Amino acid sequence: MSLMQKMGTRALELGIPLSVQLDLTYRCNERCIHCYLDHDDHGEMTTPEILGLLDQMAAAGVFFLTISGGEIFMRTDLFEIIEHARTLQFSVKLKTNAVMIRAAKARRIAALGVESVQISLYSHDAATQDAITKLPGSFKRTIEGTRFLRDAGVKVSFANVLMAQNADHYRQVQALAEDMGVGYTVDATITPMMDGDRGIVDLNMDADRLAGIMHDTSLLGDQAERLLAPPSGPTPMAEAYRTLPCSAGHTACYVSPYGDVFPCVQFPYKVGSVRESRFIDIWRDSPQLNEVRAIRVSDLQGCSSCVHGSSCTRCPGLAYLEGNMRGPSIQDCEKSFARTGVPSKNLERKRARDIPLLVLA
Amino acid sequence: MSNPLYILREDNVAARRIGDELMIMSARDSALFSLNETAAILWAAADGATPLADIVARDICPVFEIDADSALHDAREVAEGLAKHGILRIATQPFAAGEGHDA
Repeated sequence: MSLMQKMGTRALELGIPLSVQLDLTYRCNERCIHCYLDHDDHGEMTTPEILGLLDQMAAAGVFFLTISGGEIFMRTDLFEIIEHARTLQFSVKLKTNAVMIRAAKARRIAALGVESVQISLYSHDAATQDAITKLPGSFKRTIEGTRFLRDAGVKVSFANVLMAQNADHYRQVQALAEDMGVGYTVDATITPMMDGDRGIVDLNMDADRLAGIMHDTSLLGDQAERLLAPPSGPTPMAEAYRTLPCSAGHTACYVSPYGDVFPCVQFPYKVGSVRESRFIDIWRDSPQLNEVRAIRVSDLQGCSSCVHGSSCTRCPGLAYLEGNMRGPSIQDCEKSFARTGVPSKNLERKRARDIPLLVLA
Repeated sequence: MSNPLYILREDNVAARRIGDELMIMSARDSALFSLNETAAILWAAADGATPLADIVARDICPVFEIDADSALHDAREVAEGLAKHGILRIATQPFAAGEGHDA
């Protein structure tokens, strides 16, 4: 077991929120066609509220802090926030489109000891990138911002979200990342809006292209053998009774720009507000969070007996958005099918009876 | 007698106590370390101004009931190990005020 895994296990035993994603704003300078956020400002936390929250999170034991948005550089107090976070010795990761990053900002990020910066890039082709972001010139600015950060000595990676519009470009983006000496991660899932609207899910690529991506060993790294193995069968019951579906709410959570707390950024089940309660009180005592924590793999309806068992990447947040946090997530069922060619139990039922999805209002 | 040594926490690290362990991550290479009790004491006291020998006499000898010479020898080795990983800085002069973060 690696030291990182040991730290995660220890945090779980002690009930420590090891990782938090804090979105500072949902405002953005881009208008990406697949974005799950409402970009209007409905009352973001003020600078003192955010600095106070960081103090509380440090006291609660948070170690990994991801600062994200919206576009984080829309906040004029961003550097004040990062500086405070680093004074509190968080490991800070930033997520940005890098459009507003020039040399001076890149040097400042480096000087603050930010662990890494993840940059959204959709294509190697400027026209495709700009069509997805709906911001003319965004490709040029994002690439320039990436170079400034890299040259300042910051660890950078591209996050390449794929959809029908750019699914065939990922190899070129991967090559661009390699040429530029930055990291690369791919995400082949377009998720519903946070309010449950599933309209943007239609942007997902077709099954054949998804299967191609799922079988590309250059993307799977050392997990290729495990992920491409035939389904291992249902999780044994004794194991299912004690296995957690994922870290959401157990060692990780998400805080919105309005101070609302959720188990994860992809799991929009509100469990409290830091504007009403202390962070640690929400973390320890929220009935909603404890409800999420009580779920074990054995409780998952239609999943606990599915052949994909332990190899499934089921996301509880996507399942929640489909109407049942204890149920399957069709998008993950489709991924398991794309990987192995074997339909999940839920997919078989859905095909046989064409079960409609229950969508939250 | 050798020159006094001074130790200073590096700026570019993340640190948090998880239970009884102090976890440190270097931003330089994302390497993660778990500091034992002695190393954690040195880390906490590494203000860049207090000589290592004074830190050992004040914070280590009373805790571990060990003689000062042996403790200083061990502390020097620990500090050099931490410095190799970019977690601490070591110098024979006090560091200038304002270098590094206060924990």
